[in-house]
Amino acid sequence: MIEIRGLKKSFKDQVVLDGLDLEIGSGEVVAIIGKSGGGKSVLLKHLIGLLKPDAGTILINGVDITSVDVHELRKVRQQFGVVFQGSALFDSLTVFGNVAFPLRERKKLPKEAIRENVLEALEDVGLRGMGNKYPAEISGGMKKRVALARALIAEPSIVLFDEPTTGLDPLILNSIHRLITHTHRKYRFTGIIISHEIPEIFDVADKVAMLYNGAIIQYGTPEEIKNTENPFVRQFITGSSEGPIETL
Amino acid sequence: MLTFLNTLGEWFLSVLNRLGHVFLFLLRSLYTAVRPPFKFRIFLRQVRFFGNKSLLVVLMTGAFTGMVLALQIYYTLRKFGSEALLGPAVALTIIRELGPVLSALMVTGRAGSALTAEIGIMKISEQIDALESMALNPLRYLIVPNIVAAVLVFPLLTAIFDLVGIYSGYLVGVQLLGLSPGTYFSQMDTIVDMQDVNIGLYKSLSFGVIVSWISCYKGYHAGYGAEGVSRATTSAVVTSSVLILVWDYFLGSILL
Ligand SMILES: Nc1ncnc2c1ncn2[C@@H]1O[C@H](COP(=O)(O)OP(=O)(O)OP(=O)(O)O)[C@@H](O)[C@H]1O
Ligand SMILES: [Mg+2]
Repeated sequence: MIEIRGLKKSFKDQVVLDGLDLEIGSGEVVAIIGKSGGGKSVLLKHLIGLLKPDAGTILINGVDITSVDVHELRKVRQQFGVVFQGSALFDSLTVFGNVAFPLRERKKLPKEAIRENVLEALEDVGLRGMGNKYPAEISGGMKKRVALARALIAEPSIVLFDEPTTGLDPLILNSIHRLITHTHRKYRFTGIIISHEIPEIFDVADKVAMLYNGAIIQYGTPEEIKNTENPFVRQFITGSSEGPIETL
Repeated sequence: MLTFLNTLGEWFLSVLNRLGHVFLFLLRSLYTAVRPPFKFRIFLRQVRFFGNKSLLVVLMTGAFTGMVLALQIYYTLRKFGSEALLGPAVALTIIRELGPVLSALMVTGRAGSALTAEIGIMKISEQIDALESMALNPLRYLIVPNIVAAVLVFPLLTAIFDLVGIYSGYLVGVQLLGLSPGTYFSQMDTIVDMQDVNIGLYKSLSFGVIVSWISCYKGYHAGYGAEGVSRATTSAVVTSSVLILVWDYFLGSILL
């Protein structure tokens, strides 16, 4: 269970989050949509305590991560898997080393078990045989998939995806979405997916939240979002240049 | 007048604040360093990193420093007719002073700058965030191995610098200037004592801490984009170099 209350964050005098509230039940998959530069990644970084809010609280299973010390925070973080927007692969490690990293450092599994797990995870994201390459040697889309494998390998109970499919071709996009749905069925993690893939993301998420002007302006099932009366949400999901949101 | 004092006060406070931040970084790293788990493999990799990057340049500067020193000191000593003291004069200058300082400056230029750039890139590409998000302590993976490696490698590189420097001084003194081969080393044996070697050792150990600490700190707190990293790198080299010289004077005056 994740409860965000009154979250505020500014950088210098730029207000990014302005009293944001959001509640996500355990095992739910929630998509967050919104303008580029609207603060989606900033929101996500608050959820694992990488950024500290100016005001507001974030409860993760009852623990307010905005006020705990670093040791408590690390305990909470152990439940998380994160796919960063820029993949954030360790460039001194191979693809294999990257995916194995959470298992090696956190789970202390025997070597053989780690190997099996990693090879299977690479297979799942369509990267069989790529284990020995370094991040600098693979394409952006492949990096995304390695990041996905790395985030899911330790079977986290909360997974944050920051645009897991941006920059991937439509075939891979669909297979990544299927992979997310599939692993979700298996492990029942709580998922938060930041995505610009409209309408595809509606098939993956249980609920969709639209972030606009630093707050969630609508939060509901994909059906509710698709049939919305809210002119901002309506304009955003149809990509129209007519409407209350200023476009370029 | 009051606003001037105000501004001065604010400036002073912000400097104190920043200094506190830099020291806290070192203290946190040292605290992490003494608590398991130890990242031995990363430590070994960083030993190789420092050694590999700097060995050649340390050899070269060592050789030329020894040669230049022999020439200059010979010229001075001849005025007093005490050329026989060339060996110990070269050795003392190198062991106590130039060996630790010059090799530290060279490592700063080669390995320190590369280290800052590497950590800075990890910062801006969110790799440090990724470590944090895995509930791991980035200092343990990125900073501690470098500080420990530097503390080991700096004295070694300095020792190499010293040896090469003293031997090149010998070549210049004996082969070029016609000093007798025996005097160079025998005089050195009587005049240079363990205290001098220790001073050199303390210096190189502390330079190791300074260079790795500053380089890591600057990379870890690099600003955004390529520009942020390049600024961090420049600033790491300048700050480390200045600190090396200041600290060298300070240590030199208390250890005299
Ligand atoms: N560390 C930071 N320092 C200063 N400003 C920041 C920082 N991080 C984000 N911002 C600002 O916050 C705003 C929101 O950024 P954010 O990355 O959250 O956007 P986003 O919604 O994820 O956009 P996109 O869909 O393009 O990824 C941007 O204007 C950005 O400039
Ligand atoms: Mg983003």
